[in-house]
Amino acid sequence: MSLRVLRPGLLTTVQDLGRPGHQHEGITVGGAMDPFALRLANLLVGNDEHAAALELTLIGPTLRIEADVLLAITGGDLRPVIDDRPVPMWHAVRVRAGATLSFRGAASGCRAYLAVAGGIDVPVVLGSRSTHLRARFGGLDGRPLREADVVPLGLPPELSRRLAATIPRTDAPFAVADWLAAGAVLAGYGPNPVLRLLRGPEFDRLTPASRERLFGGTFRVAPESDRMGYRLEGPPLEVTDGAEAISEGVATGTLQLPPDGTPIALMADRQTTGGYPRIGHVAAIDRPRLAQLRPGDELRFREIGLAEAQARLLAMERAIAMVGEAIRWKVRGAANGSDRAQGESAGGSAEFRGNA
Amino acid sequence: MEVFPLGDSAIVVRVGTSIDEATHRRVRALCARLDAHPVPGMIAYVPAFASVTVHYAPARVGSPPGAQGTADATPYARVAAALERLLEGLDATEPPAGRVVDIPVVYGGSYGPDLDAVAVHAGMSPDEVVDAHVSGDYRVYMIGFAPGFPYLAGLPERLAAPRRPTPRTAVPAGSVGIAGRQTGIYPIESPGGWQIIGRTPARLFSPDRDPPTLLRVGDRVRFHAIAPDAWERAAAAWPDPSPEPGPAA
Repeated sequence: MSLRVLRPGLLTTVQDLGRPGHQHEGITVGGAMDPFALRLANLLVGNDEHAAALELTLIGPTLRIEADVLLAITGGDLRPVIDDRPVPMWHAVRVRAGATLSFRGAASGCRAYLAVAGGIDVPVVLGSRSTHLRARFGGLDGRPLREADVVPLGLPPELSRRLAATIPRTDAPFAVADWLAAGAVLAGYGPNPVLRLLRGPEFDRLTPASRERLFGGTFRVAPESDRMGYRLEGPPLEVTDGAEAISEGVATGTLQLPPDGTPIALMADRQTTGGYPRIGHVAAIDRPRLAQLRPGDELRFREIGLAEAQARLLAMERAIAMVGEAIRWKVRGAANGSDRAQGESAGGSAEFRGNA
Repeated sequence: MEVFPLGDSAIVVRVGTSIDEATHRRVRALCARLDAHPVPGMIAYVPAFASVTVHYAPARVGSPPGAQGTADATPYARVAAALERLLEGLDATEPPAGRVVDIPVVYGGSYGPDLDAVAVHAGMSPDEVVDAHVSGDYRVYMIGFAPGFPYLAGLPERLAAPRRPTPRTAVPAGSVGIAGRQTGIYPIESPGGWQIIGRTPARLFSPDRDPPTLLRVGDRVRFHAIAPDAWERAAAAWPDPSPEPGPAA
């Protein structure tokens, strides 16, 4: 059970939800830049939502599928094709051994997630399979995929096998489930986003003009942006006094302001502590939208309060849980003539489309 | 002491306003309490010089029965309240004793390319800088910047030196550096601007070890000088030096 790498793509890495419990050791959280898309890809194929998948960046890889698998592709639209036929995103797809998955280039967004039933089966290091590029561990030998790599797959869980059984067998290289998760809508992906920003601990140190520029100006993702952080070029921001701060914790989404006046949004591979003024934080619900921006893309900020940000995050978590529920509902009763078989045909797919 | 949000999924407890031993002891005492009584939804806590940042999952905090619709119902309010309770009587608490970890260093030459520059800045000879550095009694105040990178307090004042005007793009793993009144050790090859005075064969970070870092916040560190030809022997003693617990701080 494996995927063979014919071409590696621009930056293809193994990622799960990272290792957040090791931050006191100075170890970055890492994991998927767009954790929402990763979780949904996993749910679509019947995996635990934290299973390891491949994160693909702008130019996807070319992979030969070496066994019959159930897979799903979510996140940014890198235009996936199997044996040159377009594959829909946000669907469970049953693929026959010997098919070739490739990508025609990004139509929208920056990162896609390829989840395969059973997950990517690389060793767990410090509680995660995520690739730590800087310290070179996790994933496949701590590095991005290379040509001729063989990516090992885990054993699909029972739910995956039952989901695959709902997709009709054909002679074609792949077949697509007749249900989907409307993830792009739920995440709110789109060009020129207005991202919701909480005030940071040092927001009050911004000059009045800089506060206006932060919430009124347009910023552009700089070319030197990566998995550690996005530099956001725009109207220069400045803080009043230059007192050197004592380093302390930072969070994913924190907007730091270095002395050059160009803020940096900290992303998945961020450091655990920092000393620059933390002028804001991108709300967790908008992290997927930020992660899907590419160098050159424009964005704006609008303020959100803490209570609202948390209420919306909880609502998002409930929506994701509902997607998982609906997918389990999809195969309820499919095994051994369970007495719930009737409910499955009555409510399952309609509810799923409606809510996800 | 103050408690304030860091975005919608983290919270900072600040227990002081300067880098000093009393503040550091409060940091360690709070960490010990968080180990014994994790707050609701807690994912991790990150001790720093004068604060502890708690990362939490708002969806896992839960809400007390009957609190829906009130201010107390927000995950932040619940976590903040739990932290306020943990802070009660913190100053009277004795933090756990740190361990003592002895670290061998080859000073100068290609191992410590900035030793001479630090000596000139201090108005001392390179040997005097080494003597002063090994005489220090250091304490890990914070781990950050890179996996297992210790920020060590306790540098003799006369060794304080500014960062290099231009950071190096690659500082080798094990490099011992000085920046201002701090000294530290690069666990992995990284870009960095500290003045590098030596290098240790000790492995400060090994992802296949549990815990993966040699040093923890609160540990005491002593350096001793070794000759370049002792490098291999010293390296063989790592990565498992099993440092003994030190006397109470």
